Amino acid sequence: MSRLKLPQWFVLLLPAIIILSAVVLIPLLLSLYSSFTPYRLTRPETLYKWIGTFNYEKAITNANFWAAFGRTVLLLTIALNVEMLLGLGLALLVNRVTWGQRGLRTLMMFPMMFSPVLVGFQFKFIFNDNVGLVNNALQSLGFSDVAIPWLVDANLAMFSIIFAEVWTSTSVFAILILAGLFAIPRDPLEAAKVDGCTPWQTFRHITLPYLMPFIYIALAIRSLDVARAYDIVQIMTNGGPARRTELIWTMIGRTGYVDAKMGYANAMGYISIFLAIFFTIYFFKKLNAARTELGMGG
Amino acid sequence: MAQVHLKNVSKSYGALEVVHGINLDIDHNEFVVLVGPSGCGKSTTLRMIAGLESITGGDVLIGENIVNDLPPRDRNISMVFQNYALYPHMTVGENLGFSLKIAGKSQDQIDAAVAEAAAILSLTEYLERKPGALSGGQRQRVAMGRAIVRHPDVFLFDEPLSNLDAKLRAQMRVEIKKLHQKIQTTIVYVTHDQVEAMTLADRIVIMRDGHIEQQGTPLEVFEAPANTFVATFIGSPPMNLLDGIVQQDGTLQLGGGVTLNVPQQYTAKTRPGQKVVLGFRADNLMPCGHSLPMEGESAEIEMTVVLSEPLGTETLLFGALAGQEVQAKMLNPRPVSNGERMMFNLDLTRVHLFDGESQKSLR
Ligand SMILES: Nc1ncnc2c1ncn2[C@@H]1O[C@H](COP(=O)(O)OP(=O)(O)OP(=O)(O)O)[C@@H](O)[C@H]1O
Ligand SMILES: [Mg+2]
Repeated sequence: MSRLKLPQWFVLLLPAIIILSAVVLIPLLLSLYSSFTPYRLTRPETLYKWIGTFNYEKAITNANFWAAFGRTVLLLTIALNVEMLLGLGLALLVNRVTWGQRGLRTLMMFPMMFSPVLVGFQFKFIFNDNVGLVNNALQSLGFSDVAIPWLVDANLAMFSIIFAEVWTSTSVFAILILAGLFAIPRDPLEAAKVDGCTPWQTFRHITLPYLMPFIYIALAIRSLDVARAYDIVQIMTNGGPARRTELIWTMIGRTGYVDAKMGYANAMGYISIFLAIFFTIYFFKKLNAARTELGMGG
Repeated sequence: MAQVHLKNVSKSYGALEVVHGINLDIDHNEFVVLVGPSGCGKSTTLRMIAGLESITGGDVLIGENIVNDLPPRDRNISMVFQNYALYPHMTVGENLGFSLKIAGKSQDQIDAAVAEAAAILSLTEYLERKPGALSGGQRQRVAMGRAIVRHPDVFLFDEPLSNLDAKLRAQMRVEIKKLHQKIQTTIVYVTHDQVEAMTLADRIVIMRDGHIEQQGTPLEVFEAPANTFVATFIGSPPMNLLDGIVQQDGTLQLGGGVTLNVPQQYTAKTRPGQKVVLGFRADNLMPCGHSLPMEGESAEIEMTVVLSEPLGTETLLFGALAGQEVQAKMLNPRPVSNGERMMFNLDLTRVHLFDGESQKSLR
């Protein structure tokens, strides 16, 4: 009996290859394929009809898609910057605390412990125009006597969503930056003091360069997170009113599961993945540059 | 250029006092070395002068001014750290010029000062490199360059050579000495290496457990140690110390039945029955026939050699005397076998006597 002799490395890798193909590769290829078909969940036979790049053309020429795309980039830009600045400030403050710092650090993680769906419900209630906390507070304090439509007005709704997003995730930045602060050696900071630096100059010229790698790691992680934002928006506004807070993934979700146009949804998904890939590559480039600055990278 | 004065300066961490009211006056252009065993408070003292550590009690003066509450940037000092503490994200040139940039100097002034410092320390060809791409010795020089570009009043060094290998250390020692002659600035230098202390210092300050044990020129502390601690700390090999009791007849009874005359210079300072410690260096105990001619009072002692360490021009001999290990030196050495009994000459004019109780010199 002649047996095909597989190379040993291949045999050893086989379990991994099988599992990876079953879990990642095949679904990926299938979804990629389906984006070239008019596949509808309700009519399985449509999966076998090849329509070329029709779905992609349709997505690219769809103004709603680009509006959602732009809104996602906007959310990403604003939320990440605000979170970064707040997180940096928070980390610097916590770093100065000498008594009870452990407790504070644990406390800081609390927002991360809630499911985004719950956070969505929480803020949906807080920003509700009739029974919400914010409007009630504003009215009882006499700042306003009308019900502000937090989740209905397009700009206010976007603001509310960003607010919720920042509330949940500032601590991601704070914790990573705090780790960075702990990792800074004491000597260069003291050398800077001796070299005549004021506390601000020390921060600007020594502390910040040391923190940059940590900030970029946080940005890379969070940009992936925000680029696929779905749950908070879905709960708080459901992309509405009238698509005014529609993000890429709420739109894709609606197209795929509500309108059942899976092929089209997959095509949009593949386009928007470029967004995530772009930001990831961008921040990793920055990260590497910052590490090289510090003489850490290769 | 400035004087530095420490007046009754102390430092506590919580309830633990680690520097106990030390007094030290440092002159213009003086090179003072703080030396002592690990944990004796040398770094703490230096960091209090720098302003990196708050002062618990007493006053620190630089020039005429009390600087207790001034931050480091207002003291016009520069400091070289044990681990160099270079800024890893700046090039060598930027490291050197950083303090001038912070001081708001023009780029031309900065470039000129950096070029000058780089030339003094032969760093010119590395100016564009990051510290990560330098050897230990080069980093060390950058750290020194960063300190000298500013022409500070006082230089503070905290064990700057302890991360270098022996050869480089010897080289850098010479460099530092030359540098001091060239730039003429007050220097306070911390080390636990007594050779560094002896070779560099105008004045050595020996510390132990947060106290100053003795200060003086290198020769003074070598020739006239104030107590047994200084005697064993300064000099290599360390001074031999033997316990003894002064007898009625003016002799000194060491353990194991060894008896010597109390050296003349000490007869008036001892009394019968007093417990004393006899100290002498290996250079003053030499085998008969292999020693320098001894002029004054001397004693002959017989001793068994346990071990010999040939060093080339001389040999160190380890023996047991009065139940304790002592070291002797042999000039024009010949091979010595372990266990050989030899006669030694002890130069009594150069021995030291310390009080058995206080361990202080009886000189
Ligand atoms: N932050 C601190 N908290 C408590 N004790 C400290 C602190 N820093 C230093 N000490 C103690 O102060 C004493 C003196 O420390 P210092 O660093 O001045 O020693 P040193 O003479 O420089 O020793 P070495 O030669 O090892 O550098 C040590 O016993 C040390 O344990
Ligand atoms: Mg030290």
